[in-house]
Amino acid sequence: FTGEIRCEAPNNKLDKFTGTLTLRGEKYALDNEKMLLRGCTIRNTEWCFGLVIYAGPDTKLMQNSGKTTFKRTSIDRLMNVLVLVIFAFLALMCLILAIGNGIWEHDKGYYFQVYLPWAEGVNSASYSGFLMFWSYVIILNTVVPISLYVSVEIIRLGNSFYIDWDRKMYYPLNDTPAQARTTTLNEELGQIKYIFSDKTGTLTQNIMCFNKCSINGKSYGDVYDMSGQRIEVNENTEKVDFSYNPLADPKFAFYDHSLVEAVKLNDVPTHRFFRLLSLCHTVMPEEKKEGNLVYQAQSPDEGALVTAARNFGFVFRARTPETITVVEMGETKIYKLLAILDFNNVRKRMSVIVRSPEGDLTLYCKGADTILYELLHPSCNFLKGETTEHLNEFAGEGLRTLVVAYKSLEEDYFQDWSRRHHEASTALEGREDKLSELYEEIEKDLMLLGATAIEDKLQDGVPQTIETLAKANIKIWVLTGDKQETAMNIGYSCNLLNDDMEDVFIIEGSTSDDVLNELRNARKKMKPDSILDSDEINIQFEKSSKNQIIIPDEQANGVYGLVITGHSLAYALEGNLELELVRTACMCKVVICCRVTPLQKAQVVELVKKYKKAVTLAIGDGANDVSMIKTAHIGVGISGQEGMQAVLSSDFSFAQFRYLQRLLLVHGRWSYIRMCKFLKYFFYKNFAFTLVHFWYGFFSGFSAQTVYDEWFITLYNLVYTSLPVLGMSLFDQDVDDRWSMLFPQLYVPGQQNLYFNKVVFVKCMLQGIYSSLILFFIPYGAMYNTMRSDGKAIADYQSFALMAQTCLLIVVSVQIGLDTSYWTVVNQFFIWGSLSVYFAITFTMYSDGMYLIFTASFPFIGTARNTLSQPNVWLAIFLSITLCVLPVIGFRFLKAQLKPTPSDKVLLKIKEAKKRPPPPSPKRRLRRTSTRRSGYAFSHQHGFGALIMSGRNMRPKSPFATTGTFSPNSDKYKHKGL
Amino acid sequence: MKTKTSLLPKEGEAQPSRCPDNSAFKQQRLPAWKPQLTIASVLSCFFLTGAFCLTVGVCLVLAANSVREIQIDYSDKCSDCSKFRENSSNWNKECHCSVNFTLQEDILGDVFMYYGLQNFYQNHRRYMMSRSNAQLLGRNVKIQRSSCAPFSTYRNGTPMAPCGAIANSMFNDTIDLFYSRNSSVIQVPLLKTGNSWWTDKNVKFRNPESYNLSSAFAGTARPPYWHKPAYLLDEEDERNNGFVNDDFIIWMRVSAFATFRNLYRRLRRVRHFAEGLPAGNYTFRISYNFPVSRFKGRKHVILSTVVWSGGSNPFLGIAYLVSGTAATLAGFVITGIHLKLRKKKTYFQKQ
Repeated sequence: FTGEIRCEAPNNKLDKFTGTLTLRGEKYALDNEKMLLRGCTIRNTEWCFGLVIYAGPDTKLMQNSGKTTFKRTSIDRLMNVLVLVIFAFLALMCLILAIGNGIWEHDKGYYFQVYLPWAEGVNSASYSGFLMFWSYVIILNTVVPISLYVSVEIIRLGNSFYIDWDRKMYYPLNDTPAQARTTTLNEELGQIKYIFSDKTGTLTQNIMCFNKCSINGKSYGDVYDMSGQRIEVNENTEKVDFSYNPLADPKFAFYDHSLVEAVKLNDVPTHRFFRLLSLCHTVMPEEKKEGNLVYQAQSPDEGALVTAARNFGFVFRARTPETITVVEMGETKIYKLLAILDFNNVRKRMSVIVRSPEGDLTLYCKGADTILYELLHPSCNFLKGETTEHLNEFAGEGLRTLVVAYKSLEEDYFQDWSRRHHEASTALEGREDKLSELYEEIEKDLMLLGATAIEDKLQDGVPQTIETLAKANIKIWVLTGDKQETAMNIGYSCNLLNDDMEDVFIIEGSTSDDVLNELRNARKKMKPDSILDSDEINIQFEKSSKNQIIIPDEQANGVYGLVITGHSLAYALEGNLELELVRTACMCKVVICCRVTPLQKAQVVELVKKYKKAVTLAIGDGANDVSMIKTAHIGVGISGQEGMQAVLSSDFSFAQFRYLQRLLLVHGRWSYIRMCKFLKYFFYKNFAFTLVHFWYGFFSGFSAQTVYDEWFITLYNLVYTSLPVLGMSLFDQDVDDRWSMLFPQLYVPGQQNLYFNKVVFVKCMLQGIYSSLILFFIPYGAMYNTMRSDGKAIADYQSFALMAQTCLLIVVSVQIGLDTSYWTVVNQFFIWGSLSVYFAITFTMYSDGMYLIFTASFPFIGTARNTLSQPNVWLAIFLSITLCVLPVIGFRFLKAQLKPTPSDKVLLKIKEAKKRPPPPSPKRRLRRTSTRRSGYAFSHQHGFGALIMSGRNMRPKSPFATTGTFSPNSDKYKHKGL
Repeated sequence: MKTKTSLLPKEGEAQPSRCPDNSAFKQQRLPAWKPQLTIASVLSCFFLTGAFCLTVGVCLVLAANSVREIQIDYSDKCSDCSKFRENSSNWNKECHCSVNFTLQEDILGDVFMYYGLQNFYQNHRRYMMSRSNAQLLGRNVKIQRSSCAPFSTYRNGTPMAPCGAIANSMFNDTIDLFYSRNSSVIQVPLLKTGNSWWTDKNVKFRNPESYNLSSAFAGTARPPYWHKPAYLLDEEDERNNGFVNDDFIIWMRVSAFATFRNLYRRLRRVRHFAEGLPAGNYTFRISYNFPVSRFKGRKHVILSTVVWSGGSNPFLGIAYLVSGTAATLAGFVITGIHLKLRKKKTYFQKQ
């Protein structure tokens, strides 16, 4: 095989390909139809020849996945700004002290030269001041928290480990624990405002399951207990035993025993119902081993229906272009397939015409209720009413419904119809119209059989998770490649959309102007003012250039949803419409984007990132989510089911969507609170520590004399104060995980960035300044012109240094004690340990032995013994602590009393709730009240009918008949592993 | 909790390999004490602290008031000497001056004599650094390279002993106290040792070893401002001579502030002075050697008794009283606010 392929350079267009294959001098055109893109699977094909055209990063898929950017948290960015501010502050302090030194040397130092000549080379006061500037830079540099960055990383790492270790985020079924793949983004998890979620595989399991049905006016599928109460289906509910049927699919589960009874009792409508399900479809069976049937269905819905029929004893076993083999209650029957009246988007139904072994001609039809109800025979009116009731019930539970009906055909009529059908199907002109006319003609006066209800299985706990996240004020956007109908249906079934909403806007314009109008109309309805020129944001637009605008949050006058299709989205993402889209979409509680390409997913995320000051999270499981996972501030991959692509590019991964609430509300929230507390305390302790030097400068001739022993300065950040704050930021919990989940409102302060921002920083700074004033002036006042109780002088430098540093250390230890709301053993150990280590080290360093061995290093010999034995030293220490700490206690208490933040109120509620016995487990069934008829269970593409009737795909020799076409917009693109 | 754990494999079953450990630490379920700011804890905090501070404050103020202290600024009273000292050519001439004062009442108990200096920046960084602990420990008396600059060696290379700016600027006034009793003048007996920390006297300061002290200091010279070498600081008492001289040790323990007092002498309670200082007329006879006028320094001589809380400085007592009052008042304010809020809350609840 030698040939040559010329094709276009790798690009990200999923629906286009041009190239030529030259083989033995002949040229063949290659287009998108002949391509298998990375990520799809071929069905009904054992093998095929292929040629790899693009590989690795050149594949269209990878081209679509966007660039990997280095992610940093907003606190990181804030920290960098703050460090710069602190540098400026340091420079200012040094400048003040340098000027002070200049003045002092001029006024006093100059005359004091009798005892202390100026240093060599210093010949003027101003030069001395200049030198002192740099000396103070060295002394006061501790105000710049150098160890901050290291500590922050340690804390993040620790909090990431908690995510890895969490058993409540471990999925036992496929042995997948949660994983923090990036260890630097934890606190951002506590600030998420927008979640962008994929649908298939993330919200749904991509498993359709035959859940309920209505046969001849009787509804099956619900389980009742002895007293007639409907009970919840859970793992413990007894499944229906299908052992009478050797061909049953063991994975199929059904709980209502009465249906089996009906089948066993040879109830005619029931048998006809299942016979219909086993005949009327375009599924391909595959039986590689005897009895091991595998169905290849174009849409999972169809597969589910056929599987249901199979289990109840109507096993669809084989098909040829002319026949369908069904094992009916153990008895093999071969039906003659006379015609398939295939599905399309207008008809919304499909029918088959078969001849039973007994010779009866029957038309079986299934389709959307709205359509089928028009075609029923008038005699079904009563049954229609009952079935409608059931349909409403099914729809209310978010199930996808289909109505099934049949019709017996007269032999003569059919022969006539068949002839006309043949003519029409070979007609050259207007074939489609003629055919559909014929279909209309025969599909009428149908006899209603019943209805099926199929559940598009959601992942476990999805509606609850979404409800919880919505309570936490997180907005959820679903970005899916699915059709609008399916997407909206899922929207309803996971409680994203519901009937309580004022309106659900659907944007499906196909020109730029249409989209603009639709968006503006939606916004007009939600907030009429926002259209007016007088609106603040509009004014703001006028003023500033578009690229730097941050759109503030706008409040709509109700709860709205927005559904936008990929086609309209393409227009909406263009230049001028961007802002419209963001404003309108962000006002809605829920946004669903359907039929979007991977790149569009990323663009939507990018859009929100650009115009909203909000933290975004993208969650997905497939390769098509990679781009948005990479784009969002935080990317979460669902691991376990599909390939690893999404997980590999994600920051966090776990197996189930429902773990998201634990990740955000528990881990994220704790990480955020811990980080903020850590930063607050860290800045505080460094300010309190360093500024004492600043005040001392005014009393020591601005000579860059430190207040503390240099050993203390070295060990303060490293030994004495590092562990307690680390302990707090690894263990602290304001409320435990259960309460965090019960009160999602507690998450809101994180979104609003309330716990650490510039204002909080300034407050920390002021508190630090206040503490440093106390820490300097109380020891100063206590030592001034006084003596010890034995008459010896007390105000020597070393005693003062010891006193000041002891005060400082106890004050910051008490402060960390106040900040710690969760004292584990480790915290106790760290806090008390640090204090005792301080005293132990101090006494050791100030001991005789150390002095005699290292004379130059430990000049403070004896200070600890001599000074700490004095009552007035301890009284001064106690007073400093009281003055530093008591105002903080009072202020915190009063703030919570007078100006309680929403989270204070929640905490209060929790406190009260804790006194009462614990509430019953928060297990509640989300009863949907929707009356909306949900989507009919058909694939939204043209069916396989023609293919089956042609028999092409049944020829084992035709290896190229792939039935899996690749389309970027189709759901199928997603199903396959990579 | 129970419903959730039921999802997980039950205990006893073989655990899948990747399932995280069910330890309290890893699941963040470590038992913990969760203190909260309740009204009870806050109020008790404020009131207890308030009460404690007030009590201590009263005690401190009473104690400080019971201290008898006489402080005399002799920089003005000895202005002649002060001017005399400004002329550096007079450095080796003596200048004496007397300061009289009268005690109306007896000062009972131990009486301590201090010299106080004002505006003397012992806490200047370069001043504080300018010493050699190794030399003062007697290990290397002829130390050449040290932090003593600019007072480490003379131009000819002779090292100073003791070296450094601190030692060089040692306070060298001598103050004697005389008591006029029935027209006879008695010198008040004063103790010049036992005034420094034990650790300083016995560990931090040691004389270099040799057969006698002067030979131990051989090869070194006295600091430029000193009148006599170190080994002649106290010729009468071997244990108070050289580096272990109490006056020297006390001076070397530099003060934290520019205004300070150092213990100079203690009253030796014998004969007339067994009870303390009796009332009457006293005279300080000062040998004025230490010039301070150039840098506007001031010199004081202080006589004081001590109590458990130290000297007569009322700062700590007043600070305690103020803090105690503030804490108590704040406690009342918090109580008030709390009661008002609770009333409002119950009011709203009734509605």
